[in-house]
Amino acid sequence: MKAMKTISLFFISGLLALSFFGCGGGEGSRNGAEQRSGRSSDRVDILGAGASFPAPLVTAMADEYRGVTSNRVTVNYQSIGSGGGIRQFVEQTIMFGMTEAFLSDDVMQNVEASTGGRAFNMPITLADVVTTYNIPGFDKGLVFSSDVLVDIYMGNITRWNDSRITELNPGKDLPSLPITVVHRSDGSGTTNIWTSYFSRVSDEWRGRVGYGTSVNWPVGVGGNGNEGVAGAVINTPGAIGYNSLSYALLNDMSYGSVLNASGNIIEPSFEATTEAANIDLPEDTRILFTNTPAEYGYPIAGFAWMLVYENLENNNAINNRQQAEELVRFLIWSITDGQELSETLGYARLPMAAVERNIAMIEEVKWEGELIGKELLQDVL
Amino acid sequence: MQNEQKSSIADKPVSIIYSWLGDRIFLTVVVALGLSIILLAGAMAWVLTDEAGMALDEFGIIGFLKGTTWDPGVQFRFGALPFIVGTLVTSVFALAIAFYPAVAVAIFIAEYAPRWLGSIIENLVHLIAAVPSVVIGIWGIFVFAPWMRETFYMPIFLWAADHQPALLPILGSPIGYGMTTATIILALMIIPFTTALTRDAIRQVPKEQREAAWALGATKWEVIRMAVIPYSRGGIMAGAILSFGRAIGETMAVAMLIGNKNNFPFSIMGPAATMPSVIVNEFREAVGNLHLSSLMAIGLVLFVISLIVNLIAAYVTRKLSITGGQSI
Amino acid sequence: MKTLRQRNIRDYFMVGLLYVSAIAVLTPLLIIIGYVIVNGISTISIDFFTQELGSPARAMQGRPTGLVHSILGTLVVDSLALIIAAPLGLGAGVMLSEYPDHKLNPTLRVLNDTLNGMPAILKGLLAFALVVKPMGTFSGLAGGVALAFVMIPIIARSTESALMTIPWSIREAGLAIGLPRWRVVLSTVMPAARTGLVTGFLIAFARAAGEAAPLMFTSFGNNYLPNHWSGMIFGPVDTLPQRLYSLAISPYKEWHAMGWAAGVVLLVFVLGLFIAGRILTRQKYQA
Repeated sequence: MKAMKTISLFFISGLLALSFFGCGGGEGSRNGAEQRSGRSSDRVDILGAGASFPAPLVTAMADEYRGVTSNRVTVNYQSIGSGGGIRQFVEQTIMFGMTEAFLSDDVMQNVEASTGGRAFNMPITLADVVTTYNIPGFDKGLVFSSDVLVDIYMGNITRWNDSRITELNPGKDLPSLPITVVHRSDGSGTTNIWTSYFSRVSDEWRGRVGYGTSVNWPVGVGGNGNEGVAGAVINTPGAIGYNSLSYALLNDMSYGSVLNASGNIIEPSFEATTEAANIDLPEDTRILFTNTPAEYGYPIAGFAWMLVYENLENNNAINNRQQAEELVRFLIWSITDGQELSETLGYARLPMAAVERNIAMIEEVKWEGELIGKELLQDVL
Repeated sequence: MQNEQKSSIADKPVSIIYSWLGDRIFLTVVVALGLSIILLAGAMAWVLTDEAGMALDEFGIIGFLKGTTWDPGVQFRFGALPFIVGTLVTSVFALAIAFYPAVAVAIFIAEYAPRWLGSIIENLVHLIAAVPSVVIGIWGIFVFAPWMRETFYMPIFLWAADHQPALLPILGSPIGYGMTTATIILALMIIPFTTALTRDAIRQVPKEQREAAWALGATKWEVIRMAVIPYSRGGIMAGAILSFGRAIGETMAVAMLIGNKNNFPFSIMGPAATMPSVIVNEFREAVGNLHLSSLMAIGLVLFVISLIVNLIAAYVTRKLSITGGQSI
Repeated sequence: MKTLRQRNIRDYFMVGLLYVSAIAVLTPLLIIIGYVIVNGISTISIDFFTQELGSPARAMQGRPTGLVHSILGTLVVDSLALIIAAPLGLGAGVMLSEYPDHKLNPTLRVLNDTLNGMPAILKGLLAFALVVKPMGTFSGLAGGVALAFVMIPIIARSTESALMTIPWSIREAGLAIGLPRWRVVLSTVMPAARTGLVTGFLIAFARAAGEAAPLMFTSFGNNYLPNHWSGMIFGPVDTLPQRLYSLAISPYKEWHAMGWAAGVVLLVFVLGLFIAGRILTRQKYQA
């Protein structure tokens, strides 16, 4: 029976695929998996999901960490947007969430009620949102002011040679190309930073649109994810969008400088971003510092937080103490050694103040009442 | 050989338990399995209704259907009208574009092409119908949308900007991702489907019908026009309805190409959204319960619309007793 | 009354029009397939079949990266789906064809057709509510259930029509020699129709293998192979169609190239299954 053979071939290939992993577990550890991974029963998968802005950094950390632990710990991070990260964190389908908008008081209280402990917002890296654009013949360095950006996103400025843009950019012969506004179509912390900046500088924006992880945009087209916006901008002459600096750098996109609150033209850079965070941090690090008062700080920046429960045993996604410990180890590694990856990938390093706040929070992470965070920190430090 | 085997089975003592109870159990198992499909459809309706409850309570069914605001940020108001309009407009136009060419190909295969060519084209059509939506989508993103932008949208837009600025809001932004692009891709995707269904309908035309027309001295085209098309009209109609149903539910390629704009006004070239595209884009990212419930409510609307479409198609099919595209 | 000459000219004209429209319709569709194949094959490499995806930095820095985890994940999730869907689809098909007078049949037939025409994304939502929520995590199993919902109506339908092709005289012969009905169905009707049944499985499998939408909130995605085989069933799993979508909307050129490669692999896989199904059908008709 040819037909049966074909069918069974598919099943066999499926089963083969399964047994392929099987060799990693239990008795199969003899055949080669051992050299790679030490005792295979120690192998742990950690699942995280959320913001797409830190995704290149976190997935690169995961790659690196896999090497550091000789393939023992695999961190699977799926970029589903900050909104998704918060939701799945609260629904306890993932071990850690990642977001560019800190948890609201409501969510913090819900978590407290359902798990008997706090939800920690731990800064992992800094998000800087830059104005990206695609004007044929123009590289990076166009200067924008807050009100010009707001009016472009309001639909009041529709052409690149509008006098208000040319005034800011003397000597540049901008074309009469129509402006295509691109924004995120999904819930996103990048949007949160971008719109909170707009809300801080414009009363009209605050009243009509407000800020949040997704808003009711007055104009423009939506791109799904940081990727989607970058893709739409790269592919559309005349487009303007907003992306993290790292996305812009990685993809050779043109990005603009911004006039900050102190009247300085700030070109986006890691230093300018770290400078923006150079303010007093509250203990739980839940603070937005867009339109920063720092004199040479880049005004459109914020933290990207990792979300972790205080009482890890109450997160349904974590099944045992070993998983909890590996999660905390990864967390400690990512705010210390993991930060080394920042610059090469286009991220600003965490300021020391934020690292200290993180350590204070990790010390309080518990498994069934036991302060495992503190124990593991002592191992490392 | 086979006969021997058969008789050996027949020789077995046929006890009451073996036959009566066996039949009972078999029927019970089969009916249980069949029932599970009915339950599955019921579960889908129930889960969607249940999850959509919050949004429908908040806005009312009519209010939700009529609502034009989709604002998960400030007002937390959700209305489905833009997505319903987006879905219906893209699907109707896709069907309008696809219908005549698809019927022409079916007639070509059935009546004109030499046998070998007809069977090659027919197989090709079936094959193309099986191409995954995401594969069409990746071609759309990297090849078709940029080509449409360079060839049509940008020149038209620049011309209108210089000569007829009043047209600009109707045309929309020439980004390449938008309603027209999505509609054309949708049309391409349902052509094989419509063709296969039309071909099935034409196959139902009895030989006598054609022979009668030939006997009257009709030319080939006249045979088709007077004998074949009138006879298979119902089947072609049902096929068109089913194709429409398919276009309504098409998700990935549309989500990749329509540009994702969640509120009116839509424009010809500019971005829009459909019911499946908004679900795919926002379901994983939704934070608020009301937002999630509203997405489920959109799913419910989609369910009801495609139920109606399929019921109409089933009615037309039954009425005219034709097979409804078994091969796809 | 038109002259014969006029009518003949009209006839030629219509023939020409049909040829033109056939070419006009088929050309763009073939162009799509051609594009995917040419672009995909030029970017495919051994690494594609042996490496995991990892971070975008891997691809951008030219380190080895591939989609072995998505390919294996697709096989596992689709096989799970077929295991779940086959008995249900077969049962419903048997009910429709072997018990044509059962009073539930009209309802079953309409609902089955409706399910078949229902957007796959809704099947994903259903699997999310039925599997992901109670289990508390995204999993290959949830993806398998979602795809099973896609397969079931197709299998039910193809089973019904495959069994219908077996003449009633065969059943009557079985019953006449005193076989109970269930033996007639299981040992004469179904074996006689097995080619048709398998074709149905293959086509259902091919349809489901290309679906991305129902997997986005069920099997979720993974950048690596899970550490343990059970992770393929009880943990988040990557699949080709879903990965293809996220590669295509990513901003990295290297990932775009991988997207084309994923496209051609998926296309060959799906069309291969489909062609196998068609060939089987033809053998049946010739036999």
